[in-house]
Amino acid sequence: MSELEELIRVLPMVGAEPAILDDTRIGHVVAHGHHVLSHRTVPGLRVELEETPDALVGKMFIEAGAQIAQPIHMCFGLAHPTGVQRIKIDLHVSEGAQAQVLSHCLFPFATAAEHRMQAMMNIGPGASLTYTEGHYHGPHGGMQVLPHATIKIGKGARYFSDFSLLSGSVGNLDIDYLVEVEEEGLAELSAKIFAHKNDQIMLKEAVILRGARSRSLIKTRVVLEDDARADITGITEAHAKGARGHVDCMEIVQGRAQASAIPIVRVFHPEAKVTHEAAIGSVDKKELETLMARGLAPEQAVELIVSGILR
Amino acid sequence: MPIPLLDIRNLTFTADRQVILDRLDLAIQPAEIHALLGANGSGKTTLAYVLMGCEGYQSSAGDVLFDGTKLLPLKTHERAKLGLTLAWQEPARFEGVSVREYLSLGKPDRDPEPALRQVGLDPDRYLSRRVDKALSGGERHRIELASVLAMKPKLAILDEPAAGIDMLSINHIIAVIRTLKSYGGSVLLITHQEEVVLIADRASQLCGGRIIYSGTPHAVVDHFRGRTCVRCDGEVCGYVRA
Repeated sequence: MSELEELIRVLPMVGAEPAILDDTRIGHVVAHGHHVLSHRTVPGLRVELEETPDALVGKMFIEAGAQIAQPIHMCFGLAHPTGVQRIKIDLHVSEGAQAQVLSHCLFPFATAAEHRMQAMMNIGPGASLTYTEGHYHGPHGGMQVLPHATIKIGKGARYFSDFSLLSGSVGNLDIDYLVEVEEEGLAELSAKIFAHKNDQIMLKEAVILRGARSRSLIKTRVVLEDDARADITGITEAHAKGARGHVDCMEIVQGRAQASAIPIVRVFHPEAKVTHEAAIGSVDKKELETLMARGLAPEQAVELIVSGILR
Repeated sequence: MPIPLLDIRNLTFTADRQVILDRLDLAIQPAEIHALLGANGSGKTTLAYVLMGCEGYQSSAGDVLFDGTKLLPLKTHERAKLGLTLAWQEPARFEGVSVREYLSLGKPDRDPEPALRQVGLDPDRYLSRRVDKALSGGERHRIELASVLAMKPKLAILDEPAAGIDMLSINHIIAVIRTLKSYGGSVLLITHQEEVVLIADRASQLCGGRIIYSGTPHAVVDHFRGRTCVRCDGEVCGYVRA
């Protein structure tokens, strides 16, 4: 089986259909290691890719005013147990454009592999980008994944991100995102992770609300079991009049797992406001007993509560 | 006398060395709506939790027979499988769980729409909503009742089912209670609202963890209002003759 076929085969693990790569209306990039295996552009999308020994370097431009109806798929991965993949990517969404990007990071056989992503995203004035990132790291826990990104959201622009890692092992995950939001811009960052065994998670998301009436939400849901560990930091700074931010972190801890949540909120303007809530603990007793009072066995009740939180 | 569906004898529950339920006796017949009145702290909700087997609510003495089965050794979900359930006064919220799922717990083939309509909520608007913080208190209460209704239990314990419900919607709550009875089920109705109490077949007044008076709903409401409590002389429950 070719590397392309191996990666396509596991697309359903992140909720994507393999047939999307055959659809001529859908733009895509598929890369194994630092090699591009397949790519397609669609009207309004320009892609420049350069394979180097150290990294795959890419630039994606979405033209001003372009309304790309179908999600653009970016599929990165390794089809071998070991290896290194480094991606450097600039994504520029021009003024008034709208696009959705589905990023699939697939490492189905990893036993000692590494994936590093260095991304810079610019969302132009009035533009909108929805960035959905689905990861599958295989069952072995041998993956080290370090996605780092800086995202700049222009005046009146909107950015929605949704990171999920719900199947298989996490391995070692170190996410570091910095988001800057200009006047009347909006950033909503959501992350959902289910960690097991000896998985280690470091998740740091920082939002700087620079512009007046800019808004943000950081929402994190992590479920840990066995000996998994998670350190979650959600930072929001508000620097301008009318800026509003909220940090919402919930972690459910089972077995010997350990979790920490650090919400950091800073306000530098008297008419700005940032709120936060964080909850760490076992499954809520009242939720559990309510479901049991409807006839669910304890393990069924826990499964429903956990799956609900990770939706 | 017919054999009671629920037969509580000498039930005692203590917490922090305080007796909360004190050798309580109560029987509920099949298809009976039984209202339970009592002041705050009289033990009504504790009785509900002990009957449902909630964590930390294990009785220290007494027996409870439910439909001929000894209830107290069973776990909560085992009691539910026998046909007993509880609607909490402050229902839990479930992130990510849809109303459709919540009304079909353990029975994915169950049609949730009739129960939702019965509580006055439009299935088209509510089935795909989440049972989470976005629901108002009144909406959440109604969905809780719908979930009990969908289960068609032999005995539903409803703890203040009309709390937070507007006056116009109380009729929906009353209709739900009557529907539960029409299925052949019984209801233990914990409430302070007179218009809800009066739909019961029988009622009991609880004070200091014991049933101090049982009778028709009217008689119990009158007792509740106008008589000195025979058990505590008004010192615990505050019911003193004017």
